Amino acid sequence: MSTMPFYVAPEQLMKDRSEYARKGIARGKPVVAFEYADGIVFIADNPSTHLHKISEVYDRIAFAGVGKYSEFENLRIAGVRMADVRGYSYGREDVNVKALANAYSQVLSDIFTREMKPYEVEIVVAQVGEAGEENELFHIVFDGSVNDEEGFVVMGGEEEAPKANLQGAYRPDMPLDDAIRAAVGALSQPNGGTLEPARIEAAVLDRTRKGRRKFRRLSVQDLEQTLQG
Amino acid sequence: MIGDPPGSAGRPFGANPSFYDLMRGADPNTGALRAPGEDPPALPPHGTTVVALKYDGGVIMAGDRRAVEGYTIADNEMQKVFPADEHSAVGIAGVAGQALEMVRLFQTELEHYEKVEGELLSLEGKANRLAQMLRGMFPMVMQGLVVVPIYAGFDPRRTQGRIFRYDVIGGRYEESDYAATGSGSRDAKASMKKRWRPGLDRAAAIAVAVESLVDAGEADTATAGPDLMRGIFPSLHIITAEGVDEVPEDEVRTAAEAIVAERGDAR
Repeated sequence: MSTMPFYVAPEQLMKDRSEYARKGIARGKPVVAFEYADGIVFIADNPSTHLHKISEVYDRIAFAGVGKYSEFENLRIAGVRMADVRGYSYGREDVNVKALANAYSQVLSDIFTREMKPYEVEIVVAQVGEAGEENELFHIVFDGSVNDEEGFVVMGGEEEAPKANLQGAYRPDMPLDDAIRAAVGALSQPNGGTLEPARIEAAVLDRTRKGRRKFRRLSVQDLEQTLQG
Repeated sequence: MIGDPPGSAGRPFGANPSFYDLMRGADPNTGALRAPGEDPPALPPHGTTVVALKYDGGVIMAGDRRAVEGYTIADNEMQKVFPADEHSAVGIAGVAGQALEMVRLFQTELEHYEKVEGELLSLEGKANRLAQMLRGMFPMVMQGLVVVPIYAGFDPRRTQGRIFRYDVIGGRYEESDYAATGSGSRDAKASMKKRWRPGLDRAAAIAVAVESLVDAGEADTATAGPDLMRGIFPSLHIITAEGVDEVPEDEVRTAAEAIVAERGDAR
């Protein structure tokens, strides 16, 4: 009986690709995005001080990625380009995270269905609201699915334990120090020990920051102070 | 709008961190309103005099507030000095519309580089980039639409302020003490030549800057001196190791009033 060696059922194909992407992502270290009283804080378990997982995209928008560095770095740069082109062509207030999340969703979905291999990434794009406005957090995964999140997002490898942990610790409108301690604590759990400040990458979108650019990286010294206090 | 991931096959190696190149790829006329064979509109508004001078904490950049269309005053409250990023400022003279657009493009260029690379461009690199953008505008210079900026910033590697002057075709010249551009630049420079000395403090540097604009305003119809009656004063930016800040109007007013009083007494 002849076989059709090149035929693979679409269900099987998608399942294989998802599994491949999930495995790739699970090998990495997790990242947390966490809403606090004055904005959004991002904490990543990242031993490298030069290869960032968290970055500024625009005045009130930041990006965080996990998985394969080259792939989420590509996405990050494409996002910065899109934001800057829009801001220059229209106006700075016309750049918003929803359009960015849509674009990411489109491009990831395209890659997932058309390319040989899917991107092994998950990303969060977030926008801090001006006083009185809501923050916006979008969690986008390798196949282009988007989730509009509230409170916090955990993504990357071994994310189940930190997620469970944060569900207990999260309260709306926490001060920054408490939020950092909660997020770092949640990421520390699976390893048993605490996460050393030197291997934490941290940044905030702080709506109280002077000027239009609300993104700020936190130094190791900042973190040491917070975690000791 | 995100399109292909950058850096895919067939593209140059590495992500290009230049916003200017990106926009020129989409629209080759970016930064240059090219209209071959057409004369420019009769007399577009011109911004006039901008000066920059070093002092013991960095650089002060100052511009008068007048824009002219031929012999008509087009604007009494124009801003000609802008922060280019958090560590440098750019001052413009020449065709106002074109100059303002160039500033916006330059600001985005610097921010874009910073975000893509995760690092600041060196001051030298920023100054060179502005020169290249000016060269890109050369076709407009041939049509008489001239923009001549001054650029100044604090160089953290040398821990000092630096001033760069440009010519219409993108020539870049570093100035060791002070610089001026625009229609009143000759008189402003002559004024600073007499008043400027190394190691000025902040208040003295502000006084020298304002006085150079007063002198330019007395000799050049396109430059406005301080307008005490309406309360319109030159706009000054101060560039130090901490960044760029606008000089509060009170300080400028004090300096301007002192100069006007002194000249009144001399009569």
